[in-house]
Amino acid sequence: MEKELWKGNEAIAEAAIRGGCDCFFGYPITPQSEVPEYLSLHMPQHGKVFVQAESEVAAINMVYGAAGSGMRAMTSSSSPGVSLKQEGITYLAGAELPAVIVNCMRGGPGLGTIQPAQGDYFQATRGGGNGDYRTLVLAPSNIQEAVDFVQEAFDIADQYRNPVLVLADGLIGQMMEPIEWHEIPKRTLPAKDWAATGLHGRGHHNVINSLYMDPDECDDFNAHLAKKYQTIKENEVRYDTKDTEDAELLITAYGTPARIVLTALEQLRAAGIKAGLFRPITLWPFPEKALHDLAGESHIKAILDVEMSIDGQMIDDVRLSVEGQKPISYLGHAGGVIPTVEEMVEAGKKALKEAE
Amino acid sequence: MIASADQVCSNRVVLVCGHYGTGKTEFAVNYALALAHAGHTAMLADVDIVNPYFRSRERKELLESAGVRVICSSQACTDADVPALPAEILTILENREVRGVLDVGGDPVGARVLARFQPKIVQEDYNLLFVLNANRPEVRTVESALLYLRSIEAVTGLTCGGIVNNTHLCGETTPHEILKGAELAEAVSKEAGIPVVCHVAEQRFTGEESLAELNLFPIDIYMKKPWEL
Repeated sequence: MEKELWKGNEAIAEAAIRGGCDCFFGYPITPQSEVPEYLSLHMPQHGKVFVQAESEVAAINMVYGAAGSGMRAMTSSSSPGVSLKQEGITYLAGAELPAVIVNCMRGGPGLGTIQPAQGDYFQATRGGGNGDYRTLVLAPSNIQEAVDFVQEAFDIADQYRNPVLVLADGLIGQMMEPIEWHEIPKRTLPAKDWAATGLHGRGHHNVINSLYMDPDECDDFNAHLAKKYQTIKENEVRYDTKDTEDAELLITAYGTPARIVLTALEQLRAAGIKAGLFRPITLWPFPEKALHDLAGESHIKAILDVEMSIDGQMIDDVRLSVEGQKPISYLGHAGGVIPTVEEMVEAGKKALKEAE
Repeated sequence: MIASADQVCSNRVVLVCGHYGTGKTEFAVNYALALAHAGHTAMLADVDIVNPYFRSRERKELLESAGVRVICSSQACTDADVPALPAEILTILENREVRGVLDVGGDPVGARVLARFQPKIVQEDYNLLFVLNANRPEVRTVESALLYLRSIEAVTGLTCGGIVNNTHLCGETTPHEILKGAELAEAVSKEAGIPVVCHVAEQRFTGEESLAELNLFPIDIYMKKPWEL
């Protein structure tokens, strides 16, 4: 198929349609407004539902209702808007409802800025809502991955009956890139026999909620969730590496910064420094073992974590994975400032020097 | 053939419009620079109020050092998405010594800002250029491209006088892409009765034999992504 030129947000929206999204509920916010804008035009053309909700809170609760009736439902927003959705996300997880949530992160905290940032890593991987729940988090580093992941997210959500978060940033949403539309891997999906779609001759009602009157029952339910999360950890970990085979300097980064690291690697190699990239694609489950094993290789002397966050958030998972085997240093900016190639090269050199 | 800025468009005021993401800003920046290089008093107004990133105001320093005066939002912060239009746009519309370029936001929704200046624009020697990229799925057919073109004319109350073929795939552009776009641009031109004023091509394509028949407007890429800087 010929390549086409797409803007990230429009591509994410089109990917939702191709991924079988039945209903989209959202509210505009820069830098992701083109997602609802595109879907407001195209969902009705496909006989699907688009609703601009009165708020982000309303949108995520509409997702809950649609998902509860077995529909493939999605919402999208940017950082402050995703904060508003957190209650809805824990309710989705608590009711074991599949749903897709896209976050094109911008500067924070609070209203912050409209430029790209990665300050929502903790929120995405630890959960901004209450309770012992997890959402699978896919972090695209380019528009091709964004469209592939959004399509797959619907299947993953259905397979595990769990919300799936696609964590992009404003740059991925706003930039233009050539992409190809191709088939995504097929999964065997369970029937939605739990959906509240009427009795259909059954002897019992399907009830969608997350309320338990008996603490033992709630304990059992949490154990059931924990088992499900363990299965996700075993099946769904994804990461990518570049030039790590002989690397002395290992850079860890995801999303847009990982893209910039690729240029930094070229410059570091040209300067005689063997540098490589480890890029987590699933932020939860985090590729702990792969990073642990790579950090244990004798050729790795130092690790540099780069994020669009002031002191780093993913760096906690990097530390937990590396387990002190190698020194870890950090480079980052917040508020919409993007780390530059030059800064990465300098920080990489410094990290290696300090490790000696 | 290589087209100069004046050969592309000799009108005093050039309004750069089109569908989202067709490369309007890249063309506007290059065209304004070409005007300045040709010795004109060039001014570029960034009147994009619908797109929060990749706006020509981000290249203000480069443009001004090359002699192009840049007019952008009256808001001090260039990175805000405040839909404030600069009063200075009137400098372009009222000073007939100036060659002005207006970098307009995408789609009819972005072009709507021009409606407010329509009574002034129609009194000037202007040309509304429609930038077309055949790789953008929403404008890849004659019918859909025409729909965008006519909708932009409708919301602005202005008449389109030229089509710019800016078909590319960012860093993956080949002469084949430019030729594919030329075919679409000519078909739209025939249907609309509006001439194709130029075919935009990165400098690296200027010696390309397969493009020799086209009226090429060579450009440099200024609106780079962070890993291309």
